[in-house]
Amino acid sequence: MQVPAQFEYFKATSVDDAIALLTRHGPESFLVAGGHSLLPMMKLRLAEPETLIDINGLDDLAVIAVESDRVRIGAMVRHSALLASPVIAEHFPILTDAERVIADPVVRNRGTVGGSLCQADPSEDLSAAFSAMRATAVIRGADGERQVPVREFHRGPYETAVEHEELLVAVEVPILAGSSSAYAKLERRAGDWAVAAAGAMLRLDGDTVAEVGIGLSAVGASHFVAPEAEDLLRGGPATDDAFVEAGRLAARHCSPSADQRGPVDYKRHLAGELTTRVLRRAARRSRGEEA
Amino acid sequence: MQITVSVNGESYVRDVEPRLLLTHFLRDELRLTGTHWGCDTSNCGACVVRLDGVPVKSCTVLAAMADGAEVTTVEGLAHGRTEADLDPVQEGFMVCHGLQCGFCTPGMMMTSRALLDRDPDPSAETIREAISGQICRCTGYENIVRSVQWAAAKEAAAREAADTESSEAMA
Repeated sequence: MQVPAQFEYFKATSVDDAIALLTRHGPESFLVAGGHSLLPMMKLRLAEPETLIDINGLDDLAVIAVESDRVRIGAMVRHSALLASPVIAEHFPILTDAERVIADPVVRNRGTVGGSLCQADPSEDLSAAFSAMRATAVIRGADGERQVPVREFHRGPYETAVEHEELLVAVEVPILAGSSSAYAKLERRAGDWAVAAAGAMLRLDGDTVAEVGIGLSAVGASHFVAPEAEDLLRGGPATDDAFVEAGRLAARHCSPSADQRGPVDYKRHLAGELTTRVLRRAARRSRGEEA
Repeated sequence: MQITVSVNGESYVRDVEPRLLLTHFLRDELRLTGTHWGCDTSNCGACVVRLDGVPVKSCTVLAAMADGAEVTTVEGLAHGRTEADLDPVQEGFMVCHGLQCGFCTPGMMMTSRALLDRDPDPSAETIREAISGQICRCTGYENIVRSVQWAAAKEAAAREAADTESSEAMA
């Protein structure tokens, strides 16, 4: 039987209250959202917070709001809510694709967008998807809000730009007229972490790539992105050859590790193939050839 | 810490350690052992209960998080103690042999009930997707899908009968 170590427990009543509790209880106090990463780590005693601050009651962080040129996704939006959102499906099919393959439906009922980003697992899917979309993380502390590009949010495995007395409150994703996107992941079995995954955002200007974002997960890509492949495509032709070449570059520049999910060459191959596939799908979607 | 949790419509007040998991609260504190404790790692889904209507894996929810919430366990599915009081999902599992050893069954039924509440006529694919986070180690998935379809058909027939009755009453 797996039992977490003892801790003190508080329910935060507001974001300010959560920040005040973090400040009062010091560095060994952790926030808990859906708990589907933190509680398993606590059961294995990989995490032993002295104080747990439960933010599940912060309903104002569980909102998906469309603003003029962006969508603001609250940190407490559950994965299931992101998957079910018509606004998200319309503007960011990459997120809907990703949510279909994040964990399983029951886990998605509990796990949150903010929790996933802050856990910062190197195989986490939304980090790659938000990086492809060049989203912005909104972080709040006692002195107010600050914004950090998702591409600068991750400081390394399980480390983020969120300081101890701060809270990730939302992710803002820019709406790019005429763009589309897609995400693909290979997993060993339903609900598992990725062997490798890739996401792409494309805005085409006729047959030219006007803007592009490529995210990679589980393959050791720095900040979950493939900048060399993006540079190759930007301003060039949106052809299948270009997408294949972009895949090659993405594969060459990532640095996967061998583990129980596969050896390095296999993961590198997947990074390239999945990159090409999501570029193709994003292009088809932006041309209205595929939903 | 003291928590108040409504389980299957009954309110319970208990002093618990903050680290107590919801599954152990239900099984050990309330002696509601229908909820099974399986893998302990949120993979198998034997521990699924509904928290404010939403299916969750109770091995990965603190009892403290359920403070003030309404929990429904497999014991809350039936409306009474006789066979006639069973939920159609329970009947379906009985009629279609939806269980062999029965270990995964409570979780499977809770997820299936929640599925039918939002989608009364799910395809086999939708049912498979809904239970994809749950493991039947007897590998009896075919019959689980049939059981849920059986329940859906029974409820559809009941709705149809009720509609006919009400339109006849209006005529």
